[in-house]
Amino acid sequence: MQIVSVSFLLFAALLLIAYYLIPRKGQWLLLLAASYLFYLWAGVEYLAFILFTTLTTYGATMLMDRNLRKQAGFLAENKESLTREQRKSYKAGVKKTNRVFLVLCLVMNFTILGLCKACLVDPLRTAAGSGTFSFLTLGLPLGISFYMFQSMGYVVDVYRETAKAERNPLKIALFVSFFPQLVQGPISKFGQLAPQLYAPHPFDGRQVSFGLQRMLWGYFKKLVIADRIAAAVIALRAPEYTGVSFLVLTVFYAVQIYGDFTGGIDVTVGLAQALGITMPENFIRPYFSKNIAEYWRRWHISLGEWMKDYIFYPISVSQPMLKLSKSARKKLGNFGKRLPVYVASVATWFVTGIWHGLTPNFVVWGMLNCFVIVVSEELSPLYERFHNRFHLKEKRWYGGFEILRMFLLMNLIRACDLFPHVGNYFVRLGSLFTTFNFHILWDGTLMKLGLTGLDYGILAGGCALMLAVSLVQEKKGNVRELLQGSTALRYCLIFLLLVIVLLMGSYGIGYNASSFIYTGF
Amino acid sequence: MEKLLEILNELHPEVDFETEERLIDDKILDSFDIVTIVAEIDAEYDVAIPAEELIPENFNSAKALWALVERLMEE
Amino acid sequence: MKKKSKILLCAAVLVCLALLWLLQALLVPKYMTRSKEGALIGEYYANAGGNDVIFIGDCEVYENFSPITLWEQYGITSYIRGSAQQTIWQSYYLMEETFRYETPRVMVFNVLSMKYDTPQSTGSSEQREAYNRMTLDTMRWSSAKWNAIQASMTQEERSWEGEFSYLFPLLRYHSRWSQLEKEDFQYLLHRDVVSDNGYLMQTGVKPYTTPHAERPLVDYTFGENSYAYLDKMVQLCESYGTQLVLIKAPSLYPTWWEQWDAQIQDYADAHNLLYLNLLEYQEEIGLDWSADTYDTGLHLNVYGAEKLSAFFGKILSEQCGVPDHRGDAQISALWQNKADTYYARKEAMEAQTTN
Repeated sequence: MQIVSVSFLLFAALLLIAYYLIPRKGQWLLLLAASYLFYLWAGVEYLAFILFTTLTTYGATMLMDRNLRKQAGFLAENKESLTREQRKSYKAGVKKTNRVFLVLCLVMNFTILGLCKACLVDPLRTAAGSGTFSFLTLGLPLGISFYMFQSMGYVVDVYRETAKAERNPLKIALFVSFFPQLVQGPISKFGQLAPQLYAPHPFDGRQVSFGLQRMLWGYFKKLVIADRIAAAVIALRAPEYTGVSFLVLTVFYAVQIYGDFTGGIDVTVGLAQALGITMPENFIRPYFSKNIAEYWRRWHISLGEWMKDYIFYPISVSQPMLKLSKSARKKLGNFGKRLPVYVASVATWFVTGIWHGLTPNFVVWGMLNCFVIVVSEELSPLYERFHNRFHLKEKRWYGGFEILRMFLLMNLIRACDLFPHVGNYFVRLGSLFTTFNFHILWDGTLMKLGLTGLDYGILAGGCALMLAVSLVQEKKGNVRELLQGSTALRYCLIFLLLVIVLLMGSYGIGYNASSFIYTGF
Repeated sequence: MEKLLEILNELHPEVDFETEERLIDDKILDSFDIVTIVAEIDAEYDVAIPAEELIPENFNSAKALWALVERLMEE
Repeated sequence: MKKKSKILLCAAVLVCLALLWLLQALLVPKYMTRSKEGALIGEYYANAGGNDVIFIGDCEVYENFSPITLWEQYGITSYIRGSAQQTIWQSYYLMEETFRYETPRVMVFNVLSMKYDTPQSTGSSEQREAYNRMTLDTMRWSSAKWNAIQASMTQEERSWEGEFSYLFPLLRYHSRWSQLEKEDFQYLLHRDVVSDNGYLMQTGVKPYTTPHAERPLVDYTFGENSYAYLDKMVQLCESYGTQLVLIKAPSLYPTWWEQWDAQIQDYADAHNLLYLNLLEYQEEIGLDWSADTYDTGLHLNVYGAEKLSAFFGKILSEQCGVPDHRGDAQISALWQNKADTYYARKEAMEAQTTN
């Protein structure tokens, strides 16, 4: 079931109605049933995957929890008799046993994830046209990257004792499979999401209406903008488009991926909101960032947080790293001090890269991001002096310049994931310095990409609207809150948006008048 | 505590660490800063801050950070 | 206050729904000036009831038979439920629907569509989909329509989205907003009548000159699905006591192979049905292929249709016992009106063709 489909909307509508009609105690069970129904829709054969993750997650956390409770009991019982040293060593023993469960669970799950990614076709990617090698006809299980990361995060949290293990297996099953986020995240933390999933939610008209409005806005971004420009993005990947055409591709791709991803997340978050569940924001107007590091704190935040909590921090503050830091500082000075951070960054970006896909271009993509972030971190004192010398920080245009610079740079890096053969990417990147074919902007080339002038008009209007909304959000906060004052205006705007999505969305077969002409017999 | 403030000030001279209580929430410290602080504390106090303690509540203010260091020293 | 806001919300939702409905009315194709075939099916409902003969089939019925001639010469009341490239499953469900409105004495079915066994076999899926729309969109809602949709959808359409877009045509025609024409506004809430009891008149003349060469087929056997629907038609008509008459209209093209003819003859014999291959009666009908066709033999023009109807009406009244209603004042008055419209249309169209 695609998130943009009548079936999904019907499914969501029926769920919402049932959700607020049944006794509140049963709401979470309904969510569980709905999630499994959603999952079954994708194919019965995938059920094994999600069940495996659910069971291993539950098993590992329960085993760890039993040890931790035993430990708590033991420590309380012998509070008087134990010395500090004895307490410490007892705890260390428990930790050691738990680590075995943790590692076992992580290894099993990530092995499956890795095998899946290596061997199975990702239906989303093949649809985008980048064929990957496969010897099985089975598609990649729906949402596996997302629910796995979310579940493993929970397992680590229980190990670290930052989350309390949930002892009801059905509740764990819901946490793993909660359907709105199954397709494209966000990857939630147990402590943030789970209590909300299990709690009763009385009907709150405002939450429901805000949620539905947010879904509508998401559909606008996805249907009117992303799905419309998609044709041009595919066309521009052809080898003849180099130089300025490549630059156009990167901008179009920026528009497409923004509309698609943030729109999809709006639908997810909006639906969850209508169900009374608040999800963390996954995007905070990322294209307004001033540098790549900031961009990654504002784009796909839940993945970034996950990587930070479970990859970056553990590596960078591990004992070997701290030792490395101490010794490197003596030899290399300030750079040595930052060395562990950089080592951890490389590891994090490597994992982030292969999380997106197991083809080499994603590794290159991750390393490019890492490289730019590290270099700008190293150069930051230099920048600082430069800024201060010319008092740039106080000038308004300089902020705009920084945003534009980040946008273009990020576009170039991002384009890497359009080319499974990395060589093709670098050829185009190189052509930027050799081919100055600016004429493609007005000689009609853009009209051959499958978009009409009208399409470009709609895209321009849609982008302007997204930009305007983002600016308001950046300066004044929630747009819908601002509209709360004028009921009539609000209804009109929502209806207008609905009409725009219905009429201008790219969905369905499309109307071709010529096929409606009676041509024969 | 003084030594800790020194470490922090060296990192961000423009911030008043004695009063600021939203170091993480307001994005004054980023993840690179945090790791640097952890390394400095390790060097200074010989206290290893484990990854699970790297949460906003422990890093939002110098006071909270100091409380964390003291707690870890005691354990 | 709370109650007031609830009423307000309901009112707003109703207004929105009404506006969406209007929007849908604006966006659906009107078929008033071009592709008039698309308007045919919907015109039946105003004329339902009191028809002794119902013709069902593709263009070989709605362009070849004239109910007005049948009335004038034999007092036969009839209606044509034809549509472009109508398939046999659509014909069947149209029959089923017709019986909800009336029980005619005779149901005439043109057997050319037997050659299409599945939605896929009827040509490109884009074209098929368009023809499906032209037949199904103006059908009124009933289980017959739903089943017709199910039977008609091409492989590409087959999804919830496909069915939904038949329920809410707005989802199908949403992108027409950029191609709206004057007629879309003009016919927002009403339609003109484009046919004369289902007959779509053509007054042009384009003579038949050379034979249309058509490649012989590998296999002439009609498909299982086609036969299944034909069986269903036989049963349906039997259950209402209506006589089913099979015809093959005298169109020269597409070729009506003799192997096909033989199969239908066998079927008719086995089921005790009247089957008329009108191609064999061209001389008796008096068809002149240099004057009676508007497209070199595919279809008849109005002059050919009148000749064919004069011939076929005789069979209907003599062999099928369809009664003459010309003695009934009420019916006569009604049909006089129809005839007036018919001749006015004929005159206007003739004036246009000669100019």
